[in-house]
Amino acid sequence: MNSIAAEQVKTLKISIYRYDPDVGAKPYMQTMDIDIPKDKDIMVLDALQLAKEADPTISFRRSCREGVCGSDGMNINGKNGLGCITPLSEAVRGNKLELRPLPGLPVVKDLIVDMTQFVDQYKKVQPYLITDKENDGKEIPQTIEDRDKLDGLYECIMCGCCSTACPSFWWNPDKFLGPAALLQAYRFISDSRDVATEERLDQLEDAFSVFRCHGIMNCVSVCPKGLNPNKAINEIKKMLIKRAV
Amino acid sequence: MAMNGKGYLDASNLPVKEFDGIIVGGGGSGLMAGLQLAQSGMNTAVVSKVFPTRSHTVSAQGGITCAIASADPNDDWRWHMYDTVKGSDFIGDQDSIEYMCQEGPATVFELENMGLPFSRTEEGKIYQRAFGGQSKDYGKGGQAERTCAAADRTGHALLHTLYQANIKAGTNFLSEWFAVDLVLNDSNQVTGVIAFEIESGEAYFLKAKATVLATGGAGRIYKSTTNALINTGDGTGMALRAGLAVQDMEMWQFHPTGIHGAGTLVTEGCRGEGGYLINKDGERFMERYAPNAKDLASRDVVARAMMLEIIEGRGCGPDKDHCFLKLDHLGADLLHKRLPGITELSKTFAGIDPADHPIPVVPTCHYAMGGIPTNVHGQVLTQQTDGSDKVVEGLYAAGEAACVSVHGGNRLGGNSLLDLVVFGRSAGLHIEDSFKQGIGISDPTNENINDALKNINRVNSSQDGENSSTIKKDLQEVMQLSFGVFRSAKNMEAGIEEINMIRERTENLYLADKSSKFNTARVEALELLNLLEVAEATAICANERKESRGAHSRDDYPERDDENWLKHSIYFKETKEVSKRDVNFRPKVVQAFQPFARTY
Repeated sequence: MNSIAAEQVKTLKISIYRYDPDVGAKPYMQTMDIDIPKDKDIMVLDALQLAKEADPTISFRRSCREGVCGSDGMNINGKNGLGCITPLSEAVRGNKLELRPLPGLPVVKDLIVDMTQFVDQYKKVQPYLITDKENDGKEIPQTIEDRDKLDGLYECIMCGCCSTACPSFWWNPDKFLGPAALLQAYRFISDSRDVATEERLDQLEDAFSVFRCHGIMNCVSVCPKGLNPNKAINEIKKMLIKRAV
Repeated sequence: MAMNGKGYLDASNLPVKEFDGIIVGGGGSGLMAGLQLAQSGMNTAVVSKVFPTRSHTVSAQGGITCAIASADPNDDWRWHMYDTVKGSDFIGDQDSIEYMCQEGPATVFELENMGLPFSRTEEGKIYQRAFGGQSKDYGKGGQAERTCAAADRTGHALLHTLYQANIKAGTNFLSEWFAVDLVLNDSNQVTGVIAFEIESGEAYFLKAKATVLATGGAGRIYKSTTNALINTGDGTGMALRAGLAVQDMEMWQFHPTGIHGAGTLVTEGCRGEGGYLINKDGERFMERYAPNAKDLASRDVVARAMMLEIIEGRGCGPDKDHCFLKLDHLGADLLHKRLPGITELSKTFAGIDPADHPIPVVPTCHYAMGGIPTNVHGQVLTQQTDGSDKVVEGLYAAGEAACVSVHGGNRLGGNSLLDLVVFGRSAGLHIEDSFKQGIGISDPTNENINDALKNINRVNSSQDGENSSTIKKDLQEVMQLSFGVFRSAKNMEAGIEEINMIRERTENLYLADKSSKFNTARVEALELLNLLEVAEATAICANERKESRGAHSRDDYPERDDENWLKHSIYFKETKEVSKRDVNFRPKVVQAFQPFARTY
């Protein structure tokens, strides 16, 4: 964003969660007025960058600024989303924008959360293709129909918006895998090239990993990529139940 | 900082972490090199300033170009090589291009075997689409479909697959660590890097027998770029400050289709799937500029044509400052199937659905063809006073940070993902081999380490001066104005003057926030120093290359000059002078392709 001529701007009240572990004092909300363009919609991330120009100590993650890298998941006026693809026109209510870190994970500083628990759950589902194929310098064939089964699953960007909107994940972040990891589990279960479906289901078969999902559907309502982890979780549940009976 | 983020760093009490190999950068090339080393059992760390899947490889859309002979059973890597040499405007190194095109298919199949969810053909093979500059039979057989795609999210699919493969291999990640500078010993061997963990602010000497710079591009030197905010040329800055050479820095690709106003990319695959560009009169103007390839001419050609349309008053919109990319005739089904990502991006950043309306687009800075010179094994080269190459021991580079040089003066679409994986791998292989034979890198002295701490100490101890964000904006403005698609001596000389003044201002760079934990202001201040080095090298090399070739187009020297400039440019920070380096015309298997007039 560039500095804008005075007649082309309006004021936005932006309120940002601040916590500095160096100081150790309690977190607080810092409110400031920033100038934003009058006739042009900008993104929440743009507004946050303007706030950082005024106060460079504000910390947040950002990278691609186009909704594919998953860095800037945050809680925007009460709803998890990506700052870079959430326009102010959608997010701002009553000329107010309140930004908080993703809920449920430890806060490192300001809008930055510790993603370790989230990534650990992802790693638990063996998020890689398991095959018994020898390396013969060729592709594993897959039909268009089989490849279509991966649509809606492989596009996850690991932003964490879903798992940190999930009450079941808040209560049991170590035992319930959470919607992001389960979406990933189902992505490999669904892949016609993968041979480890039974092994994958074995690992998910306990009271917590999958079954702590109670279909609250927050994951679906916040996913910035329009994915449906709940549907994937239900498919896994069905497979587990079918195996058990 | 080692203590509390405020102190002055000194070698005498700087903690050391020791590895066999470190890789700086967690994008495609870094993860490929990391995978290779982890599988070989070496003690390796991938050091990345962002969590690996946040790297800019994730934004690649259209695909990875490679002659896997899926769309056309007769496809031949030699045709791909011919196209790449021609695309480079003949300053791509033919030994490297040959290696990439020949090794490519095995690497693409390996990625597929790792799980990359490529789109498929009716026969169940990997789907390939048409891309710019790709031909059959050495330009005589018409348009080739050679770009392997996972819808229009190929970079995302590739990066996540590689990250997953690294999880499987047990690769050690130093995630959210910022590398500051290279540590060279008295024999000018590279012995590792100074880096700090962003979360704690703790600085370390990461000592290694092999260091790979896989830090990606630096598109953020321009005001308008498709690049991520993190693309600040950190490895290139480190190499320049270490007294090493950089190559062909004037060669910046402007992608024809960045979304007007936002700068976000819309893949060339749109035109590969049948989309085309129009001006304000609705004319498909590429028919005039490239009668055969039309909208699938190479990127430099299309970008210049678009700028000419705009300059001559045929641009679209109220300010006539962009063109339109027309896709609505392709139908919603095809867009949904093949181009879902750009449909999403167009809605978000242009407020239009491409199934109904054309997308407003403008040439936007996209890719650095230049970078740190290497051989095909990824070993970094520098130039000696007699003009000969010299391997920099202990240092490798791969991906966009490197200049191996497979792209020369202009990169073809889909060749960057191939470059990443092929040369990330080859660097890993060479390190593994060298390690088995024994690497003799001697320890640095405390003085050597303190030399590498100078920059971060300067920033950490700054008492007053100017904030990085205002300096950065001015730098981006200058680069945009003076070193864009069309260049002239007058503009470039004025630009260089301005950059000199900006350099003086950065001497006065002030980091007001001295806190230790996740201090992003510190990261941005250090990134600015890297941007400045890249920008200055770009400016001086651009002014020095007195011809028009590939992406470098000058009003005052409109012709290609093979007699004087069929050469790489080489630049050093210390002298700020440009010398020349021979282009490689010695491929191993095929006969070299000799320069000819480049038309599409």
